[in-house]
Amino acid sequence: MKTLYFDNNATTQVAQEVLDSMLPYFREFYGNPSSMHTFGGQIYRKIEEAREQVALLIGSDPDEIIFTSCGTESNNTAIMSAIETNPTKKHVITTKVEHPAVLNFCKHLSRKGYRVTYLPVDSKGRLEIDSLLQVIDDDLALVSIMHANNETGVIFPIEKIGHILKERKVVFHTDAVQIVGKLPINVKDLPVDMLTLSGHKIHAPKGIGALYVRKGTRFYPYLIGGHQENGRRAGTENVAFIIGLGKACEIAAKSIQKEVGFVKHLRDKLENSLLSNCPDASINGDKENRLPNTSNISFEFVEGEAILLLLNEYGICASSGSACTSGSLEPSHVLRAMGVRNTAIHGSVRFSLSRYNQEREVDKVIEVMPEIIKNLRLISPFGQERLTGKGYAS
Amino acid sequence: MWDYTEKVKDHFLHPRNVGEIENPDAVGIIGNIVCGDALKLTFKVDRKTNRIIDVKFQTFGCASAIASSSVLTELLKGKTIEEAQKITNQDIADYLGGLPEEKMHCSVMGKEALEEAIKNYKGEKQPIEPQGRIICKCFNVSEEKIRKVAQENHLKTVEEITNFTKAGGACGSCLGEIETILKDVWSTKEPIKIEARSIKKRTNLQKIALIQDILEREIRPSLQADGGDIELIDIEGNKVIVGFRAMCVSCPMGGITLKSIEDKLKEVVGEEIMVVEE
Repeated sequence: MKTLYFDNNATTQVAQEVLDSMLPYFREFYGNPSSMHTFGGQIYRKIEEAREQVALLIGSDPDEIIFTSCGTESNNTAIMSAIETNPTKKHVITTKVEHPAVLNFCKHLSRKGYRVTYLPVDSKGRLEIDSLLQVIDDDLALVSIMHANNETGVIFPIEKIGHILKERKVVFHTDAVQIVGKLPINVKDLPVDMLTLSGHKIHAPKGIGALYVRKGTRFYPYLIGGHQENGRRAGTENVAFIIGLGKACEIAAKSIQKEVGFVKHLRDKLENSLLSNCPDASINGDKENRLPNTSNISFEFVEGEAILLLLNEYGICASSGSACTSGSLEPSHVLRAMGVRNTAIHGSVRFSLSRYNQEREVDKVIEVMPEIIKNLRLISPFGQERLTGKGYAS
Repeated sequence: MWDYTEKVKDHFLHPRNVGEIENPDAVGIIGNIVCGDALKLTFKVDRKTNRIIDVKFQTFGCASAIASSSVLTELLKGKTIEEAQKITNQDIADYLGGLPEEKMHCSVMGKEALEEAIKNYKGEKQPIEPQGRIICKCFNVSEEKIRKVAQENHLKTVEEITNFTKAGGACGSCLGEIETILKDVWSTKEPIKIEARSIKKRTNLQKIALIQDILEREIRPSLQADGGDIELIDIEGNKVIVGFRAMCVSCPMGGITLKSIEDKLKEVVGEEIMVVEE
């Protein structure tokens, strides 16, 4: 059975061109880029070429890019650097809907005595700038706010926030893992001091990320050791993966405009059909201002894991904010923060598309999903309640 | 993806006995949509033989919740009420070839729905709210349930309690209390039944600590909420001497309050306990 993959916000397929660009650097060109000899030196130049490719995608200068192992490392590095370079300041602002790489690091800071403010979102998952203005103070070491949410795709007003923080000279980091490569961004217009991106969200492999650090931003390394990355991130470079990330960024820079339209067309077709053919379904998140590839839909009265497993029977891969899909017993912290109804929160499914999805794959989801939801509602007491009007536990 | 057995997958993909029996002899409802799991169990009983002749379920929940419910109905068919009463959550899990540890609460939900249905069949009054003090407010899990599930399944760790009841699985603020309850449950050598937690099996120090704990954590907060207060003066053998404070001093309901405190201590510490005012 062919896999129909709609979980691209979790990870993406490595592009063939990316893999091809990486392979020689495992066996043929295996020198250490820190070595003095030519064999290693050529690798160093290749890394610098990848740095230029990454920089080109986000509009930065190459020396503003630090290669890391993943988005989590980039996020942790950015937050820790701001903390270390502002030792007298003990306040950090983030949002309630960040990725655990930021949320849990902020919880760690709380345990270390820092005061962390978690900004709320509204019912459409939007961040209100007023809530930020109310909590900015002189004790503020850092604001870390994601550019686009991984679950709903909702895009936050990073540019506006950045201007506010720039006036107040507060360090501003954004986790842009979900938006880089999906929509054009340019750090020349985006007043952020640091920005996180990750390879495996843009058809490079898992295990490679990057952190943009604007020139002039005070920086303290997270990994301390050798002189790699100009002393900003110690450790022998993950050469092949860095080259792969560079290639993925090069491809994204060239194709992003075309892909946005294609992916959005598929997403909208999928979403509109599911909403039309599945009663009591609704979109989670701001429909007007979100990533073109992401659709988070709640199917009321049924449970997300059950939906995913039935989709899996058709080879369809998606994701759910349901508690039962994870080790946690709590459903998505993002949907909770948005105040999604209990009847809907457990039955949320996220479809996230990429350039490799095809129209016939979308058609397959459209074909099977209404039946799946209908059958689960026949099992569910709440679904029966809705169908028959006989209530017992609403 | 959870590592489900073929049996779980089979009962999830092909659930048996789905639906609701018209004019059932028994109805058991457990869970709610807030917690993310709910099960409604209905069955018919042959009054002559006392055997369950038809049974159906409706479940809101994940694959293991649906599979557990389906298996429960299979286990129940043809059994007498007395035989049905003996079915445990472990029987449900075993029939499925096992459940992931984190999903054992699905089998417990089946067992609880069965208990509710049998109570309903026997005409026993069903409480509207869960009995006992609520420990996990996120999932509405009572102390009584934690104790019962711990004893029935020989659970020794907080993590196991979370797996079997969900308690502590969200905000985590009750994990300390769960640990305390577990310590209490396993503080005697043969804690098979709640009734077995008699005063005779505790040392004096354990008994005093338990009385102090109940007064501090349960009784004082409720009195303080009404502007009153209570102080533990002394414990002499089985006699617990208390003094009312604040609004409780002049309260005309003092006698009733004293009796309810005594009832609570009798229930948890032992029947021999007597509460008197200083």
